[in-house]
Amino acid sequence: MSDLLRRYGATLTGAFVLLTGFWLLALVILPNVSLFEQSFRPYLPFTEIGGPRDTYSFKNYGTFAFNPIETTFFGFDVTMPIHIKAFLDTILYSALVTLFCLMLAYPLAYYLAKVASPQSLPTLLLLLFIPLWVSEALRAFAWYVILTFNGPLNALLTGIGLIDRGIRWQQGVLTNYDAIVVVLVYCYVLFMLLPIYTAIQSLDRNQIEAAEDLGSPWWRTHLRVVIPHSKPGIASGCVMVFMLSAGSLLVPTVVGSTSALWFPQSIYTWFNDAQDWQTGAAFSMIFLLLCIVFVILMMRLFRVKLSDIAK
Amino acid sequence: MTRQRAILGHVYMVVFLIYLILPLLVMGGAAFNDSKLPTIVPWKGFTWGWFQALFADQRMWNSFLNSLLVALAVVALSVPIGTAAAILINSVSGRMRATLYGFMVAPVLAPGLVIGISTVLFWNSLGDSIGAGNFFFFNPGLHLSTLGQVSFISAYVTLLVLARLQSFDQGLEEAALDLGASHGQVLRRILLPHLYPAIGAGAAIAFFQSLENFNVTLFTRGSMDTLTVYVFSQVRSGITPTINALALMLMLFTIVGALIFETRRRRRAAIEREMLAQAAAAARAEE
Repeated sequence: MSDLLRRYGATLTGAFVLLTGFWLLALVILPNVSLFEQSFRPYLPFTEIGGPRDTYSFKNYGTFAFNPIETTFFGFDVTMPIHIKAFLDTILYSALVTLFCLMLAYPLAYYLAKVASPQSLPTLLLLLFIPLWVSEALRAFAWYVILTFNGPLNALLTGIGLIDRGIRWQQGVLTNYDAIVVVLVYCYVLFMLLPIYTAIQSLDRNQIEAAEDLGSPWWRTHLRVVIPHSKPGIASGCVMVFMLSAGSLLVPTVVGSTSALWFPQSIYTWFNDAQDWQTGAAFSMIFLLLCIVFVILMMRLFRVKLSDIAK
Repeated sequence: MTRQRAILGHVYMVVFLIYLILPLLVMGGAAFNDSKLPTIVPWKGFTWGWFQALFADQRMWNSFLNSLLVALAVVALSVPIGTAAAILINSVSGRMRATLYGFMVAPVLAPGLVIGISTVLFWNSLGDSIGAGNFFFFNPGLHLSTLGQVSFISAYVTLLVLARLQSFDQGLEEAALDLGASHGQVLRRILLPHLYPAIGAGAAIAFFQSLENFNVTLFTRGSMDTLTVYVFSQVRSGITPTINALALMLMLFTIVGALIFETRRRRRAAIEREMLAQAAAAARAEE
């Protein structure tokens, strides 16, 4: 700090502190405090705010456990509150999306880092980056076009005689969430690819060759050498993909069926349609808690630091 | 690595690229189909009509303009904030550094909808508590979208500038101060020029992140539209292929931009190689 003062003087140092302070206080810390505080307040008409009924309670969090519906979960018929069902489904299918992305991206990351020729690498990376520059709204919409009932996928499959008539893909075949999972994987697989690619790239090729020279089969080389080395990348990719998927509002709304409820859609309904910002805040707190728990879990599981994940 | 597995790798790479790009081509192709629905089958004939409809769509142009304005505002705020934070964080160490760092990366990991809701709630309750709840600034609108986006986009700038600061030689600043430079001159002539590449990259990332942002914007926008929100509401409320026309044009801009960037990068690399070769030849000639 005294070092800063000596170099840049009081005015400039003050400006740095002021800018950083504005960011951390007004844009990061206080909004989250506000979210926490509001989540315990009742939803009241404007004139009653600050009145006798404006007291703190856990009522908004209780809403989370209301409205039980008959449903199936893992093949069992159960009665569970609709929001809890949405919450659990969101976790389950986001984890599935994360797993699929990892399976798709890992071989490709290895290929790019260690197999592809250095001459073709820039072109390959450029091609891979193109979809990333196209906005998420449009990528989701592209799949809407493909999956729609009179769309090219059904036309192709009936054309080659694989199915007799079109399938309503958006309603799902195996579960209600099929279409959402497929499109989330498409949208976020690159967020898995890039950190793993960066991690594998820093692995010395000699280590792989040493393992092979010593007679290790390819799968053991990956298990014992490449995967341990790329752990920070895998952790970072998993956190990114899980959080982006669980927090996505676009994809479930654009390609989801009416019987699939994604948790952010619940939050949006409270916030926007019901104009009940307080319950929306309570649900956001629950969601935020989930994200924090997931990040900590990944940090423990892969034994990495926060600075390895956020790059 | 055996030969078969290398071939398997090439094949997988190609299949993956097709998987990434084919959906975008299908979407783009539907922009030319003379059908009321956005699809490529059945093909009802070629038309430019959806592009004409797009250019006549005033709401699209408004939301496009809004997106640009927000993106410029986000760049104008997040670049100075992110740079200042990076300089600050670079000058502290130990626990203080870890704490600051934690608060800065938290918004990157936080879900967009949480950022959006908390931003609206904070400014709204701030307005209520100072008795100015009706003043526009404290109600949802594009200015709150800007602030919400700045809260996490600044962190990208910070991370980039922080990385660049690692290669900065502070002795240069000492020398300048010893030679009588003012504090302002040290910042403007010594530190900032070293940081310009990172600041430029940060500004570009901030601009595109803002353009593409959906979650934060959706919760903070009030009744205003940005381009992504417009696309979203069109898709929700029954669509015509004008969205495909818009998508195709945005994709073309992207691809042309990426190609220009890449050819320039390659030319620079080629020039560098050339210079190295010349230097090597000159060295040999001297021997």
